[in-house]
Amino acid sequence: MEYFVQQLINGVTLGAIYGLIAIGYTMVYGIIGMINFAHGDIFMIGAFVGLIAFLILGLAGITWVPLALIIVLIVAMLLTSVYGWTVERLAYRPLRGSHRLAPLISAIGMSIFLQNYVQILQGARVRPMPPVIQGGITLMETDAFVVQLSYVQILIVLVTVALMATFAMIIARTPLGRAQRACEQDRTMAGLLGINVDRTISLTFVTGAALAAVAGILFLVYYGVIDFYIGFLAGIKAFTAAVLGGIGSLPGAMLGGLLIGLIETFWSAYFTIEYKDVAAFSILVLVLIFRPTGLLGRPEVEKV
Amino acid sequence: MSLAEAAPMSPKIVVPSGARPLLTVEHLTMRFGGLVAVNDVSFAAGDAEITAIIGPNGAGKTTLFNCLTGFYKPTVGRLSLDHGERQFLLERMDDFRIAQKAHVARTFQNIRLFPAMSVLENLIVAQHNALMRASGYSVFGLLGIGGYRQAESDAVDWARYWLEQVNLVDRADDNAGDLPYGAQRRLEIARAMCSRPVLLCLDEPAAGLNPRESAELNALLTYIKEKHQIGLLLIEHDMSVVMEISDHIVVLDYGSKISDGTPEFVRGDPAVIRAYLGEEEEDEIPPEVAADLAGEAPPGGEGEGR
Amino acid sequence: MAVEAGKRAGSIDGVDLQALFKEAGLAAFVAFGLAISVVGVRTVTIPGGLGLEYRWEWVVIAVAAVFIGRFVLAFRRETRSPARRAEREATMDRIGAGVQKVARIAGPLLFIFAVALPWMPFSNRYIVDIATLVLTYIMLGWGLNIVVGLAGLLDLGYVAFYAVGAYSYALIAIHFDLSFWICLPLAGLFAALFGVLLGFPVLRLRGDYLAIVTLGFGEIIRVVLLNWYELTRGPDGLSGIPRPSFFGLPFSRRVQEGSDTFHTFFGIDYTSMQRIVFLYYLILALALITNFFTMRIRRLPVGRAWEALREDEIACRSLGINPTNTKLTAFAIGAMFGGFAGSFFATRQGFISPESFTFVESAVILAIVVLGGMGSQIGVVIASVLLIGGTELFRELEQFRMLAFGGAMVAIMVWRPRGLLAHRDPTLRLGAAAKGGGP
Repeated sequence: MEYFVQQLINGVTLGAIYGLIAIGYTMVYGIIGMINFAHGDIFMIGAFVGLIAFLILGLAGITWVPLALIIVLIVAMLLTSVYGWTVERLAYRPLRGSHRLAPLISAIGMSIFLQNYVQILQGARVRPMPPVIQGGITLMETDAFVVQLSYVQILIVLVTVALMATFAMIIARTPLGRAQRACEQDRTMAGLLGINVDRTISLTFVTGAALAAVAGILFLVYYGVIDFYIGFLAGIKAFTAAVLGGIGSLPGAMLGGLLIGLIETFWSAYFTIEYKDVAAFSILVLVLIFRPTGLLGRPEVEKV
Repeated sequence: MSLAEAAPMSPKIVVPSGARPLLTVEHLTMRFGGLVAVNDVSFAAGDAEITAIIGPNGAGKTTLFNCLTGFYKPTVGRLSLDHGERQFLLERMDDFRIAQKAHVARTFQNIRLFPAMSVLENLIVAQHNALMRASGYSVFGLLGIGGYRQAESDAVDWARYWLEQVNLVDRADDNAGDLPYGAQRRLEIARAMCSRPVLLCLDEPAAGLNPRESAELNALLTYIKEKHQIGLLLIEHDMSVVMEISDHIVVLDYGSKISDGTPEFVRGDPAVIRAYLGEEEEDEIPPEVAADLAGEAPPGGEGEGR
Repeated sequence: MAVEAGKRAGSIDGVDLQALFKEAGLAAFVAFGLAISVVGVRTVTIPGGLGLEYRWEWVVIAVAAVFIGRFVLAFRRETRSPARRAEREATMDRIGAGVQKVARIAGPLLFIFAVALPWMPFSNRYIVDIATLVLTYIMLGWGLNIVVGLAGLLDLGYVAFYAVGAYSYALIAIHFDLSFWICLPLAGLFAALFGVLLGFPVLRLRGDYLAIVTLGFGEIIRVVLLNWYELTRGPDGLSGIPRPSFFGLPFSRRVQEGSDTFHTFFGIDYTSMQRIVFLYYLILALALITNFFTMRIRRLPVGRAWEALREDEIACRSLGINPTNTKLTAFAIGAMFGGFAGSFFATRQGFISPESFTFVESAVILAIVVLGGMGSQIGVVIASVLLIGGTELFRELEQFRMLAFGGAMVAIMVWRPRGLLAHRDPTLRLGAAAKGGGP
């Protein structure tokens, strides 16, 4: 029982991170109908920017954790969204209206580029970071097992919930959100109605990248180690989450992220930790076979 | 589907001219969420006849086509195709099986060719299933044994025949994507015919054609009907095409059938005039079409083959 | 985008320089945002944790380069007529067509060269080894070209089939003691079977799902190979894989009692080159089989259906082509050739481990296909020689290799989406067919 509760906590934490990345996939898919393969790498860059920012703040003497964390989050969101913007501008925008394989190949090329870019600039070895936030609350205690809810986990869930709420507001209430939803429905029509489609798409990439940066920082504080390769697996899993929740659906992305986090954690806890990545992947295939629209997705009517 | 099985062929659906029905549509309904795109439509299309489906934009014509050719699964209804020796219930078949087994071919409103392949290759791909059998599902073809060579050469002859009909022989080795618009439309029809259909469904074949091309299209469609004795189903806005060549017209409005009969009958049907011709006369009928309706032949038109 | 030329002061040839400066400045500002973090600061491991290293000069260089580059590009854009783009497309297509025409003549010459290579005066062990490696990638590229270039299915986990082929070959050869010529087809069949199992559920869906599923599958295969210790010996890898024999005659120095080896049978002296040259001819033959197969199947109905599916799936369905089965054949055949190449890899190395089958390999093979021009056989050859042979020669640049591949993939998609040398000749012509008999 205690073990179960502990795994539940860990699963939700991991799921929150996946969910944040999955939003980026789902938004981009919703608006331009392609998988942004480079999104996982944007997440990885976010983590590196976060690490650098933490270290600089440390050297500058800002060690009060809440302040440092807020500064790091803001800096990383800003600088990572520049990457999101640039990727869209260089690799995807010129390809609108090209044949259907072109943006996919361009995206995978971008992903390979970014991975190696960071590897060359930052080195191939893993980067450990000393724990920023320590301690936690003991929820249950028996002789054999202690259920811990660490402060980091609380932080991750709080930040995620707060961001999700803000984000849902942006989509529902602001002009940007309206433009975004309009472009999702019909890009040509939205353009005719005076919406700047290019800018809306750019902003979609920017917000996606900012959320991925947050996910990267949360990943960094949670695990304490990052390398240039973390974006690859996290990307596949977050994409699985987006598909599971129903690609194109924002609540779906969050729900899918949670489920993937839980499944992965419980799989590792009760079956074999080595095959945890296989679990997520098997789910992807199963969902695609039995319910390609995901849990909360709308069926796609094929345009003939 | 249960409804279609339960409902007997109650009031017999017949072709106005009395021809043998090739395609019988019974109680076809297609819903997308709350939207009813096609609502309880029944009609029959005769063998070796041209049946036109007309109606204002959004009347459900293309949806009807997509149900017929299997791209959509109808919510309710039965679509039966009667070859004479064999019958097919199209609503139960996958899209490619409808083309493969029931021999229903179609064209698309916004032309769908294989743009990076040559014109001739487009027509050879249309004969895929026959050639697959001839090549022993590629096994014999790879080894170079069996009658594949002969089959391919026959396929080229058949393609050449259709290229001659649509006047594209000299463009045979060019990429389909490089053809002008009107030629692409003709090629799409030729490609559909290459698959040796018993029913050819044409989705706005005259859209974007100039009057001369439009007249040539009339001649081609009439030729197909008379020479090859197959049924044609036609969605069209161009009244010069519809009135001149159709044997039978079905009128849809807001997903429902409002009229069904010979061109003369439909032209005089008050329901049609009210819903389609009358109220929106200025929008729907440009002067040259109105002239065609009055029976004036378009300039440069060849014989209508009647 | 277009600047209203010549309206304001400070213009050359009617180009508004001020606007260009503004545009370049904006690009430089973005570059600054990109570079300030991961370029300008490097995390380094120091005793007791992590330290930082600052490289502000790199940031300055990057920003300056972007400013100048953007300015030049924008200037060229303004001064050139828009017709240039279409002209360039046409030129590139002519080049593609030209290369293909040359290839038709040069192909046999290239073949003769390839056959003669081990006997050339300049040839040595190193060169034959590199040539073998290049040929392996040519074969992989040709195999993947069937899937990506012809059928238009983006397979991002091609290395998985390479791995399946290598491991099935190794396991069959080690445990059942069968000869290379029996294990090879079996390994190919296994790989094809995996292709079918994986492809069946996803090939009916949109193309991008296939891409991500294959990407995941490539990774999963590696995870399984790493962890299924009883079968694959995990990270230790499989060693002692039987070497190929020349129709039963092994290449070994020592002669076993009562049996012949290659050199005793032919009465020549033993050198270690014999095996290396044999392996070279083996992969040459395998690659040529792949090429021959592809050229031939392109002219069969199934090959045309692959290309038609790449062009327009809905139209294919309206013509009675079963899309799932047709894609599945392409996927399985591509997997099979990947499996053959994997068998060759296993027998050549004598040792395999999961390390050889990472995503990077898939990416390299995809880069070969994409850069060479999707669907172009000669393009694959040229790209393999340049990418594999080239990086072998410049080993010190190894770490920039993948960076360049990734960047090149993006650039080529933007610049010429069908690939550099993409040019397609029809598989049959009315003219040729009229004279009785296909090409």
